[in-house]
Amino acid sequence: MRLATAASEAYTTPLAVSELLSCKQWGAGRDQNEELGIRIPRPLGQGPSRFIPEKEILQVGSEDAQMHALFADSFAALGRLDNITLVMVFHPQYLESFLKTQHYLLQMDGPLPLHYRHYIGIMAAARHQCSYLVNLHVNDFLHVGGDPKWLNGLENAPQKLQNLGELNKVLAHRPWLITKEHIEGLLKAEEHSWSLAELVHAVVLLTHYHSLASFTFGCGISPEIHCDGGHTFRPPSVSNYCICDITNGNHTVDEMQVNSTENVSVSDSFFEVEALMEKMRQLQECRDEEEASQEEMASRFEIEKRESMFVFSSDDEEVTPARDVSRHFEDPSYGYKDFSRHGMHVPTFRVQDYCWEDHGYSLVNRLYPDVGQLIDEKFHIAYNLTYNTMAMHKDVDTSMLRRAIWNYIHCMFGIRYDDYDYGEINQLLDRSFKVYIKTVVCTPEKVTKRMYDSFWRQFKHSEKVHVNLLLIEARMQAELLYALRAITRYMT
Amino acid sequence: MEKMSRVTTALGGGVLTGRTMHCHLDAPANAISVCRDAAQVVVAGRSIFKIYAIEEEQFVEKLNLRVGRKPSLNLSCADVVWHQMDENLLATAATNGVVVTWNLGRPSRNKQDQLFTEHKRTVNKVCFHPTEAHVLLSGSQDGFMKCFDLRRKDSVSTFSGQSESVRDVQFSIRDYFTFASTFENGNVQLWDIRRPDRCERMFTAHNGPVFCCDWHPEDRGWLATGGRDKMVKVWDMTTHRAKEMHCVQTIASVARVKWRPECRHHLATCSMMVDHNIYVWDVRRPFVPAAMFEEHRDVTTGIAWRHPHDPSFLLSGSKDSSLCQHLFRDASQPVERANPEGLCYGLFGDLAFAAKESLVAAESGRKPYTGDRRHPIFFKRKLDPAEPFAGLASSALSVFETEPGGGAMRWFVDTAERYALAGRPLAELCDHNAKVARELGRDQVAQTWTMLRTIYCSPGLLPTANLSHSMGKGGSCGLQLMNSFNLKDMAPGLGSETRLDRSKGDARSDTVLLDSSATLITNEDNEETEGSDVPADYLLGDVEGEDDELYLLDPEHTHPEEPECVLPQEAFPLRHEIVDTPPGPEHLQDKADSPHVSGSEADVASLAPVDSSFSLLSVSHALYDSRLPPDFFSMLVRDMLHFYAEQGDVQMAVSVLIVLGERVRKDIDEQTQEHWYTSYIDLLQRFRLWNVSNEVVKLSTSRAVSCLNQASTTLHVNCSHCKRPMSSRGWVCDRCHRCASMCAVCHHVVKGLFVWCQGCSHGGHLQHIMKWLEGSSHCPAGCGHLCEYS
Repeated sequence: MRLATAASEAYTTPLAVSELLSCKQWGAGRDQNEELGIRIPRPLGQGPSRFIPEKEILQVGSEDAQMHALFADSFAALGRLDNITLVMVFHPQYLESFLKTQHYLLQMDGPLPLHYRHYIGIMAAARHQCSYLVNLHVNDFLHVGGDPKWLNGLENAPQKLQNLGELNKVLAHRPWLITKEHIEGLLKAEEHSWSLAELVHAVVLLTHYHSLASFTFGCGISPEIHCDGGHTFRPPSVSNYCICDITNGNHTVDEMQVNSTENVSVSDSFFEVEALMEKMRQLQECRDEEEASQEEMASRFEIEKRESMFVFSSDDEEVTPARDVSRHFEDPSYGYKDFSRHGMHVPTFRVQDYCWEDHGYSLVNRLYPDVGQLIDEKFHIAYNLTYNTMAMHKDVDTSMLRRAIWNYIHCMFGIRYDDYDYGEINQLLDRSFKVYIKTVVCTPEKVTKRMYDSFWRQFKHSEKVHVNLLLIEARMQAELLYALRAITRYMT
Repeated sequence: MEKMSRVTTALGGGVLTGRTMHCHLDAPANAISVCRDAAQVVVAGRSIFKIYAIEEEQFVEKLNLRVGRKPSLNLSCADVVWHQMDENLLATAATNGVVVTWNLGRPSRNKQDQLFTEHKRTVNKVCFHPTEAHVLLSGSQDGFMKCFDLRRKDSVSTFSGQSESVRDVQFSIRDYFTFASTFENGNVQLWDIRRPDRCERMFTAHNGPVFCCDWHPEDRGWLATGGRDKMVKVWDMTTHRAKEMHCVQTIASVARVKWRPECRHHLATCSMMVDHNIYVWDVRRPFVPAAMFEEHRDVTTGIAWRHPHDPSFLLSGSKDSSLCQHLFRDASQPVERANPEGLCYGLFGDLAFAAKESLVAAESGRKPYTGDRRHPIFFKRKLDPAEPFAGLASSALSVFETEPGGGAMRWFVDTAERYALAGRPLAELCDHNAKVARELGRDQVAQTWTMLRTIYCSPGLLPTANLSHSMGKGGSCGLQLMNSFNLKDMAPGLGSETRLDRSKGDARSDTVLLDSSATLITNEDNEETEGSDVPADYLLGDVEGEDDELYLLDPEHTHPEEPECVLPQEAFPLRHEIVDTPPGPEHLQDKADSPHVSGSEADVASLAPVDSSFSLLSVSHALYDSRLPPDFFSMLVRDMLHFYAEQGDVQMAVSVLIVLGERVRKDIDEQTQEHWYTSYIDLLQRFRLWNVSNEVVKLSTSRAVSCLNQASTTLHVNCSHCKRPMSSRGWVCDRCHRCASMCAVCHHVVKGLFVWCQGCSHGGHLQHIMKWLEGSSHCPAGCGHLCEYS
């Protein structure tokens, strides 16, 4: 694998970006090179995402100036134009902030050494069995001079990083369980202890990669060509459409098939959009008239919280992670557990008592200067991003819908906004959408193309990516809030 | 913290007494507010809403306003305010967006009066009009401010903050119609209560949310704002544009700010995160708080001065579930713990120090410096009686100058500028540097360079000399080297200096000859050391093709030389430079002038180790022919470097380190090297020798040092047309889509170095302009300006 990486890294980008390179060209190239005995990797996936047909995704070369500048920056920073970037470029405004933040976290001034940063990224991504991110960062990790032995598993890494494993686990699956004892355990471990600044850096990295893993699965990002599962050496002529999907068992659905299902349900989904818009209008209008009682409001949150536990896709089968990824984390059985289902009582987190803008930001910026600012900007952009469109409708105020999505995710994590009527969520988000949100946020490795296709059928792909951005940012903020609150409690 | 002091203040008729005290609340507080009579305080939080009476010794709970069986979000208070005209009237802002008013005069247990549910999001702040009994203002997360008339069921007017969350609203105390509001995006707006359509004035006060603001109780136009950017700013609003009067930098985001009554320049702040203390600042002294209250164990959420005309009582509520009364007298004063002494060396040997005035006055009285050559200059601040804490932590500053005209560090600058550190063969570098040192009258340093050259260059060169000439000649050459050392040792001073220079000149002319004839080595007239470098250079320059043979003969010694066997023509500009260099203006400086090697004792001391190396050298010379490797000297060289560094001449240490490179680097531990490098670079930068310092950084092999010039390498450019920063590329403006800098000669875009005339501001590619101005003195743009290029 390393060999292949080295050989193809230089022209990864054009290859991964497109299958513009037709089989014929490849064939020709192969003929020449076969004589030299060089095996040429061929991209397996069809474009950067398995869920989104490649023709929907921006082709490199047709971008406007702003996007071009973004691509250039991204390429300069990472040495590649990865599939995540290519999908996110649906929303260049966000992408810019995202790349800036990621670049800062990984490459700029910070308390942690570079190879630690990538290793933490690997740890976080491995929690969700996200082989895409793991592979990417394994390369980066080795590139910045990390010890290859560490890659054999967390037990080979320094004790200091092993200590972080527990936090990683809790943060990824049940962030509400983080207590100041977790923090204390990390900060007071004699020679293996973390400093506060390092810890904040690590926490930001962990949350960043947890949510990025959500995005990767949520949008069905295809493996990079130079990574495992991203290429094949088999000649294209043979029945090469058996795509070994490492994690999900998702098979690329034939274009035809998609189209036919779409055609069937077009009228259905059309009404879906209409109904949604109608509901939004109603909510807007009758908000002031119909006043829910206090208990009603409180119980709505509880109901939503409880219900979110049972929102789960039917195909709840266990997925066995790829061999490569599994060794990066221990205790694979520890997954997202719903807190009410198991009789655990977790006090609701009141955002009015500890919110990102006032508290989280100040803490992060104090311990890891500038990053607070960057993340804050990113949250802002993600939360406020809108084109005022909904499917085929223009000039729609989507703030209500966006807020419902955001708060629904926070609700799943037990975070409550006093000033929000959780009844709205039920009106605006239908079941299939909830299933998708829930899966992406809590168990991203189980997302399937069917889930992706079955919600919001009439909406554009860019809008679905937009939803994903909301999901990952809301998730990141939720995790950060819990982690930072624990740190704050430790400090006081 | 129970200092039992008691303060009694007479305020008109009433008298306030009390002590520093605190009481435990059942739940964290979010806000507090004081009743007009200064005898009661209301505490509000998510699950607490109580009124306490402030008695002399303690707080006594008077009333719990949280009644009813089921907790309601309406009672989850983000803010509370007590009307300053009507002591029965209170208002709270709830986290679910409801504004509630309370009437303590109601006979029933439930004092809730009115409920306004107009805001869609959390209400962050409520504020009563200071003089009007029925006017209430609220500011909410949903971006709206609403003005309520308590006699009506709904709001009178709504002010829109353009969808940005409102964090604070405050009625002006002096202007009846004005109120200020602060926003999450850093803006502050001024509104006229009669004009809800648009704000009177808006300006950006902070970077990030502005959490709080407070009007000055006396000064009409003063508004203090505090933000997440950890700053408190005081604005003068009377002028046409809001002017920042003062700025206090705190250590955490500022959650509340309150002017201290009766003290024009004092204000109290508390922070939202991390820092639990309450500070009272004098805005004119923004670095050290005037007073500090450290009672709370968790962040302070609400502060209030107990009485609008009494500066000594401060009340505070905190997340640690306690309510506190602080007495100003009991406050800790950080200024007392401040250390008002400071000492600093100037670049040119000046010394400045500041100390407590009392100390300085006493000492200068005892011991006048006037007789001394170094005379102190005193700067004494005039004492201003209005100044805060005059005498508490003020200090006097004295400056001692070194003798004027000494130019003590001149040699340093010259040396730094003229030394050659790389890019030529080692022998040349050593010679060049020796010459520089000698011209500056630093004989010892010059000697050292010469010796280094002998140690590291000769053995490698001798064989090459032998290549073209006889072995015996080489040997004699070496012997002569030793002689010359002895010579110099015997007769240091000006005489030898000039002789050396002359001989250098001779040698040079020889070289020129030699380039064609190649017979110099036999020239026995070259009695001085300098002469011997000629064959070396010549050979190095010319012999490249015979490298293999060199290897054969003495691979160990020639090998390190190899990278420096640069292109032959490089010898020419080098020589040229030496010829052109005018003799240094300063002749032999009195060594005592130099701060490093001052006094004759130092001289002796500094010579001693060098002497020993001399003797060693002469001993080693006998061994010369038996191929003594330069490694033999490495310990000596190392000691020599340490010696120079300890003498304070880190310049020498670093220069030698760079010139010798690999030859000595391994003998000196990384940390020491790094230390030398950073000290030298620091010195260079203090002298603004940026180029030299950058060269040193570039040549250093220490990782920590060489990354110094890798940071912040971005150059920010603004467009010359629209004056906006050009973000993506340096030559095309994204905004006005024009090329910012065109070359006046070739009319193409300049992407690299751009040179322009400061008279007419036309310019272009450096080369083009240079070329143009060779032929013409007028501006290439045709503007008729007579440009000058220097």
